[in-house]
Parts: sequence; structure tokens; C-alpha cells
Amino acid sequence: MGLTFAAALTERGFDVSFELAPGETLAVLGPNGAGKSTLLNLIAGLLAPTSGRAELDGSILFDAGAGRRVLTEPRRRGVSLLAQEALLFPHLTALENVAFGPRSRGEHRAAARSRALQWLGRVGVEELARRRPAELSGGQAQRVAIARALAADPALLLLDEPLAALDVAVAPSVRALLRDVLVERSAVIVTHDPLDAFLLADRVLILDGGRIVESGATADVLTRPVTAFGARLAGLNLVLGRATTAERPADSRAGSTAGPGAGFAADNGLRVPSAGPLPTDRRLALTVRPGSVTVSRSAEAPPGTSRIETEVDDVEHRGDLVRVHAAGLAADMSPADVVALGITPGMRVFVGFRHEDASIYPL
Amino acid sequence: MNAGVLPRWVVALAVAGGLFVVLPVVALALRVDWPRFVPLVTSDSARAALLLSLRTSLSATALCVLFGVPMALVLARTAFRGQRLVRSLVLLPLVLPPVVGGIALLYTFGRRGLLGSTLSAAGIDIAFSTAAVVMSQAFVALPFLVLSLEGALRSVGTRYEAVGATLGAGRWTVLRRITLPLVLPALVSGAVLSFARALGEFGATLTFAGSLEGTTRTLPLEVYLQRETDPDAAVALSLILVVVAVAVVGVAHRVRPLAGGAPAPGPARTGGLR
Repeated sequence: MGLTFAAALTERGFDVSFELAPGETLAVLGPNGAGKSTLLNLIAGLLAPTSGRAELDGSILFDAGAGRRVLTEPRRRGVSLLAQEALLFPHLTALENVAFGPRSRGEHRAAARSRALQWLGRVGVEELARRRPAELSGGQAQRVAIARALAADPALLLLDEPLAALDVAVAPSVRALLRDVLVERSAVIVTHDPLDAFLLADRVLILDGGRIVESGATADVLTRPVTAFGARLAGLNLVLGRATTAERPADSRAGSTAGPGAGFAADNGLRVPSAGPLPTDRRLALTVRPGSVTVSRSAEAPPGTSRIETEVDDVEHRGDLVRVHAAGLAADMSPADVVALGITPGMRVFVGFRHEDASIYPL
Repeated sequence: MNAGVLPRWVVALAVAGGLFVVLPVVALALRVDWPRFVPLVTSDSARAALLLSLRTSLSATALCVLFGVPMALVLARTAFRGQRLVRSLVLLPLVLPPVVGGIALLYTFGRRGLLGSTLSAAGIDIAFSTAAVVMSQAFVALPFLVLSLEGALRSVGTRYEAVGATLGAGRWTVLRRITLPLVLPALVSGAVLSFARALGEFGATLTFAGSLEGTTRTLPLEVYLQRETDPDAAVALSLILVVVAVAVVGVAHRVRPLAGGAPAPGPARTGGLR
């Protein structure tokens, strides 16, 4: 039971398969054009796959391939879609919008209206029942849209960036509402905001170029990313490398204080000792927060730190911080420090971090 | 008015063009024999023509809605080979001289026409009947409805329909409760334009239906006929058509789209009124 999905859409280079347990919420993340909307449209039935098969609670959504082509109509799939824009029917009141699903499924007018009213109460906008969409604010409209999607009693709820079009002031309360209604409900939520994934989803799937590049429990993916995109979502620096087994005396260029024992040798030359043994047969990942990365003009590494000499690639202003990019690492510094060190692109510097701030894990 | 952004000669030409349109209407109004106006437009022949025109134009508008709405839906919501060609052909009556349309109808539904000979054998004679008037009017008026509705359907888009489908609505429910209400303003203005075009139809009617008082002699035909014998009556009846036309333009412009997507047909589309 739940959702099983496997589909390829040749002309978009899309090929994805995954499963969703009943009551589970899956967040789909990925850069623009990664295939996130394609995934939702395939499930909703607004797009047809070249080949593949999907089942929701035992009934077939589509089954296409050599010689067979079953495509269940969108309305018979038991799937509701909540988009970035509320897309409330402009000619109907909020109440009629919410009652639309139950009515379409053959419920009588009075029953559909009372159900709609219940849902409007559940999302906190009961008093707006008689308003037309044009008279609602963005947050109110999205609440009504959530009520409309849920009133149709879907077996699976699809959410396509449901908070992206909302004011920053309104988004948190709608996110809290979603968190509340998504409990024990099967849902797939496409988002670009890792916060949505953290708060709303049990599992995360990262798409890139129409393929899954990372998947797993939300906490795992966002604390131990294995791709550059995953790391950026999680707000982490990701450095790839291998384990070193041989003892290496600290050399001045790589500036390592690595003692004896297994260590991590990054592709960019950085070396970090490891507390425990590391597998030598696999690629390793090291992550560290930009706030923990330091930039200095001194080659001397204090005990318990690693640093590498490099050139500053870019200096980027981010609110009250300055982000310095060098050797594939991002470092967040205060503007005062940047000025004091006179950091400009192209300058030779040493970047590093304390070993305890980094985490190393196999890919 | 701020005309400072345009060269003066452009403004001068625009004013001249506007006068070219408005002045004849004013001249017509000035020429009306007001003391005799009411008797002129209520004479037996005038009343017969007026009632016939109203009856046939309303019937033609109903036909336009009946066939035009499905045509616009098919053109806007489906894709098939040769669709562009079909669209061009459907819009043909818009640019065809109405007389030519009348001849074409005659050779289709006339007694010796393509279908007419079969119909005639079955005892149905269309040519030179009131039915022929309605058909002539529907023939020339249909593109107005199809054009304005198809444009509205395209600009409303299919997103609301997709939402409706995912909420469990069948095709008929989506059409009835979402698509048509969303384009209702365009449907109304398209129907009003079709009605106006039907009311003004002359060439195709004369060719296909003739000019029999009480049966096929509509208001424009009556105006043309009276022009020879009683110019004052022709002017008075013309004024009625002008008033109707002005009312139609007003309605077509007032109707505004609901969703904010569908533009009401602009002056360019109402320009074909005759």
C-alpha cells in the first residue's frame, strides 16, 4: 500500500522511481529544471510517462510500456494538487471552492457545504466563507486552497512549492498549518526551502537532471549531504576526498597537524585527522558550516585545526556577513575582519577550520 | 489629454479619421424627420421588417452559441493536424463578401444545391424562406463568437481545469462549473457581437433568402428598399440600427473578464459591424 512510482519521460530526460509508505510525507528538492514539477504532474495525471508504472493504495495510476498503456484519468486517481498559487476558482466563493471536490464526487449540496465549512474552520478561515478569491489575501487564499485540496479527501496530497508565493510574514503560519494537516497523511511536497523539508517531511528526495541524486530520512540527508546541491540546501560546505592510512608528517603547504592514524585527504589538498578509522575503499565526504571556516594570512595552524593555502575566488555580501569563497569552501566572516585582513578576490590566504567542527562520513 | 508625446500630424490624422467615422452618423441623425419619426418606424412594412429582424437575429445568435461554443472549445483545447487551416476556414466568413457567402449558401442549400436537392426531395425548401435568413445571418456572425471565445479560452488557460480534474470533477462538470463560467464574459460579448452582425446582415440574406415582406425582408433590406421610394423612412429605420449598434459596442466593452486573463474584444473586433 501507499505509493509506488517508477516512470521515465524520454523527452525530458526524466527517470525516477521511489516508494512512499502510507501516512508518510516526502519532500522533493532540487535545482530548477531538475524534474520536480514533472514528477508531480506524472502522479497527478497531467502528464503521461513514456514508460513506467505507479500504484496508489493498490489502484493503478499509470502502467505504460511495450504494448501496454493504462492511464487513469486525473479525477479518478484520488490525488489532490496544491500549487504555489492558490488557483481558487475566481467565480466561486471560498465555501463553493472548498465544496467543489465533495460535490464533484457526488455529495449532495448541503452535505458538501457543511463539509466545506468544517474544513474552512480547520484551516482557520471560517469567517471568509462567503468571500470571492479576489477579496482574499495571499495567505488566506492559500489556506482556502489547502482546505479545498483536503476536502476532496485525497489518498495522496501533492504540494508544489505551497509557500513560495506567500509573504515572508505569512509563510510561517501557513507552514505550521501544513505541518498540522500533513500528520498521518501521504503527501509529496516539492520545495526549494530546506526548512519546509525539515518541518514537514519524513523523507527527502533530491532530484537533478531528472534523476534522484540523494534520498533518505530528512535528518540524514540534510546533516550528511553527499552532493553539492544537498550541501547547499543544508547550508554546509561539502569537500570530497579519500582516507589516508599512512602517517604523514605535517607539511607546511597543506598545513596539517594530523597525528598518526587514519585521516581524510581532500581533493583540494586539505588533510584532516579522524578520531576513528575510515573506510579506505570508498570516497569520503567532509562537511563543515561556513561559520566555522576561518580565513587568515598566517600559515601557522593552531593545534586541532587544518588549513590550506589558496587564492580567494569571490567575496559576497550577505546581510551583516561577508561570505568568502576559496578552495571550494565558503567562510562567513564579519565585515570588520574582512576589512582588517584586506581580503579581495585573487589574494593568497589560508583557509581552515577546527577538526571538531567538521564531520567526515563515507559516500 | 496629453498629446505631447506624439507628432502633431499623427494627432491630426487620428482626429480626421475619428471624424470620418462619426460625421456620417451625425449627418444621419440631423437628416431624421423627427415629427414623422414614430409613424415612419411603426408603419406596417417597417414593423414587419423590425420584428422579422429581431426574430431572425436572435435565432441566428442562438445558433452561433450552439455551434460556436463547441467550435471555440475544440480550437482552443485540442490539438490536431490541420488545426490552423481549420481555424482560417472557420474565420473565412469574416473576410468574405457577404454576397459571395449568399451564393455559396444558395449552391449548398438551394433547390439545386449540394444538400438542397436531397432536402428538396424530402420536402424541405430552405432558400427564400425565413430559415434562409437565419442561416445567412448565422453564417456571417459565427466567426465573431468563435474568435472572441477562443481568445478568452486561451488566455484563461487550463490551470483551473486541471485543478478541477484533480478534485475529482469529470469533463462535463469541469466544462459546466469551471471553463464556461470563466469565459462567460467573453461568451456574452461574443454573442452580442454576433447578434449585431446578424441584425446588420444584408448581402448574404438578399442573395440566399431574397426580399419578401414579412418572410425574408429584414430591416437592412427594408432600409435599402425604402431609400428609393421614401428616403425619410429609410433614415428613420437606419437610426434604429445605429442606436442598436451603439448599444452593442457599449455592452461589448463593458463586459470585463472575471479571471483577469480574458480581454474583452477591443474596437478592432467590433469594427466589422455592418
